[in-house]
Amino acid sequence: MPEPLLEVKNLRTEFPTREGVVHAVNGISYTVMPGEAVGIVGESGCGKSISALSVLNLVPVPGRIVGGEVLFEGQDLLKYSDDEIRKVRGNDISMIFQDPMTSLNPVLSILRQMTEPLVIHKGMDMAAAERRSVEMMEMVEIPFARTRIREYPHNFSGGMRQRVMIAMMLACEPKLVICDEPTTALDVTIQAQILDLLNRLRQDLGMAVIMITHDLGIVAGLCDRINVMYAGYIVEKAGTEELFANPRHPYTLGLLRSIPRVDQSIRQKLVPIEGFPPDLTRVGDSCPFQPRCVYAVERSEEENPPLTLVGEEHWVACWVNVYEGKEQSDG
Amino acid sequence: MAETSIAELAGTLTRKEGWGEVLLDVKDLQVYFPIRRGLIFERTLGHVHAVDGISFNVKRGETLGLVGESGCGKTTTGRAVLQLQKPTGGHVFYEGKDLVTLDPNELRRYRRDLQIIFQDPFASLDPRMTVGAIIAEPLEIHHLLTPKEREEKVRELLRIVGLNPYFVNRYPHEFSGGQRQRIGVARALILDPEFIVCDEPISALDVSIQAQLINLLEELQDQLGLTYLFIAHDLAVVRHISTRVAVMYVGKIVELADRADLYDLPLHPYTKALLSAVPVPDPTVEKRRSRIIMQGDVPNPANPPSGCRFHTRCPFAKPECSEAEPPLEEVQPSHYVACFFWKEIAERVAPPLSVN
Repeated sequence: MPEPLLEVKNLRTEFPTREGVVHAVNGISYTVMPGEAVGIVGESGCGKSISALSVLNLVPVPGRIVGGEVLFEGQDLLKYSDDEIRKVRGNDISMIFQDPMTSLNPVLSILRQMTEPLVIHKGMDMAAAERRSVEMMEMVEIPFARTRIREYPHNFSGGMRQRVMIAMMLACEPKLVICDEPTTALDVTIQAQILDLLNRLRQDLGMAVIMITHDLGIVAGLCDRINVMYAGYIVEKAGTEELFANPRHPYTLGLLRSIPRVDQSIRQKLVPIEGFPPDLTRVGDSCPFQPRCVYAVERSEEENPPLTLVGEEHWVACWVNVYEGKEQSDG
Repeated sequence: MAETSIAELAGTLTRKEGWGEVLLDVKDLQVYFPIRRGLIFERTLGHVHAVDGISFNVKRGETLGLVGESGCGKTTTGRAVLQLQKPTGGHVFYEGKDLVTLDPNELRRYRRDLQIIFQDPFASLDPRMTVGAIIAEPLEIHHLLTPKEREEKVRELLRIVGLNPYFVNRYPHEFSGGQRQRIGVARALILDPEFIVCDEPISALDVSIQAQLINLLEELQDQLGLTYLFIAHDLAVVRHISTRVAVMYVGKIVELADRADLYDLPLHPYTKALLSAVPVPDPTVEKRRSRIIMQGDVPNPANPPSGCRFHTRCPFAKPECSEAEPPLEEVQPSHYVACFFWKEIAERVAPPLSVN
C-alpha cells in the first residue's frame, strides 16, 4: 500500500465575525494518493475553498485553523513556520484559482511572473528560468510562446490566462495541484480545452490533483474519488463511479436529481432541494442538512451523524439508508 | 402554497387563445456599438457587431431558448427585442406592430406586455427600496390601480413566487440570491405581461436553488400562459426548459430547431462542438463519449472573421467558408442551419451526445 501524498485529518477552520463565529470547515478528513485526482464538490459557502486554502495555510484573515493536521508526505504543514511553508507553496503544492484575471499581477509581464518561482524555489538564473517558462507555455499550447511571454495579462483572453496560470504552476513540477473552480469563469468550449489540458498533463507528469467545483459533470469526467461537502462537513465520499451509481447521502441524491442533463430530455419536473443552505454561525448538534432533508428522522435533529462505511471505500454521514423501502432506480 | 394561489389566479389570467401563433417576429435585427477614441474630438473607429442581422420568431406559449458563449450577442438580442437597446437596424414585430418604429409613448404601452428578468439578482434590485416598493414600481409608472389595490397585488405576487407576503417591508439585502431572483420574477409579473425575456435568470444561483427557480418559471408559464425568450449559456438548462432552441455565434444565429432535433441531431459544427463540450454528471457517459475540442478563442466581434464566422475554429472548414457567408436555411422541416457543408459533416460525424 503506497503512502498517501496528502492526508487531511479532522481539519477545522473558523472565522470570528461580528455576527458570531462562522464554522467554515468542521473537522474534515480526506487523503490524496500520488497521481490521483480527488474532487471536492459542494455549493458556495460549503467550505470547499476554505478547506483547500487551509491546506497551504492561506486562510484569509480573520480566519484561523483551529484544529487538525495536514500531512504532506508525512509532515504536518500546519506546524511549519512561514518560511518553511513558503518553500512548499508553488513548489511541491501549487494552486489554480477561479479568476485568472485577479490571480495574475496586471503590472508585471508574464515572463517576470513565471520566472519568479523558478528563481526562488529552484535557484535558476534568469536565462534558464526563461527557457523553462517558454517550454511550459508551449506545453499548455499557447501559440507564439517565445514572444507572448513578454506580454502582460491584459493581452491574453480568459482561457489563455488560465493556461498561463497552469503553465506557471507546472513550472516547478509540483506533486500536488489544487484547482479551485478553475473553469467557472470560462465559456464551455474553453472549459473543455482547459479540462482536457489538465487531464493530459496529469497523466503525462503524474501529478495529483484536488479539483474543487460545484459542477458534478466536471468531477465525473476528471476525478478518481469524490468528497461531497455541505455546511463545512464532508457528508459523502466514494469512488467516482460508486458515487454516481449509488449516491447515499440525501444531499448528493438531491443534487443529482435537481440538475437537468444535456444528454437527456427529462420529461418530468426537476426535483429541487427545498430551502437554502444553513447559517454557518449556528452549528448545533443536529445534522446540518436536516432542515432541507426529505428523509430526515427524529435522530437527525438530535445528533449529527458521523461518516460511516457503507460500501467499498464508500462513506456517508446519514442516519437513514435512503434506499430502504425505496426504489433504488430513482437515484 | 404557491401552487394553489397560482391556480386561483389562473382563471382570471390565462390566455390560451391564439396558442402557437407567432407572437414576436424579429427580422434582420442589428445592434452595432461604436468604438470611440479621443478626448476632445471623438472619432468613431469602428463598430462592435454585437448582433448582426438575425431573424427568428417566438410563438405564443412557447419558450425559445437562445444559447451561445459570452460575447455572442444573446443578451444584446434580448435587450434589443424589448427596445431597452435601440437596434441599429431591423424590425421587431410584436403582435404585428413594429416596436422599433413606435414613439416613446406608444412604446410604454407595449412595455406592459413585454417584461424582463435579469441575470444578477444582486445588481437588479435597488438596495434602498423595500421589496414591496420594488415590485409595485411598474404599477406606479403605468398609473395602474389604487395604492391599496397595489399592496394587495404585491402580496398576492409574493405568494405566487413562493415568498412570504409578510416580507413586503424588507430590503433586498435580507434575502438570499434565490429569493432575490423570485422578487425579480414578481416584479416582471406584476403588469400581467404576455412575453418575458429571461436573461440568464439562474446562472448566478447555486445548483440546488436553480431547480427551484426553473420549476417556478415552468409553473408560471403553464398557469399564466406566458411566452419566454430564455437566454442562457447552460445548455442542459435550455434543453430542459425550451420548446425550440437558437444557437448564436458572434452575432449570428447559426442553428435553430426544435429542442429534440437540436440536441439529438445538431447539424452545425459549432452546435456539435458546443454540445460535446458540456460535462455530463455521469462517469460512464463521460468515459465513452468523444469530444470535439475546438481550437482557439471566440473571435472579436469588432472584427469578425470573413465568410462564415466559425471558420477560424471549425474543424471542418474549407477555403469556401472564409469567402462567402452561409445563409440560415431551412434544411429539414423547421430545422434551420447556416453551414455550407452540414450534410457532408452529418454523414461523417456521429451526434455529439450519442454514446457508442
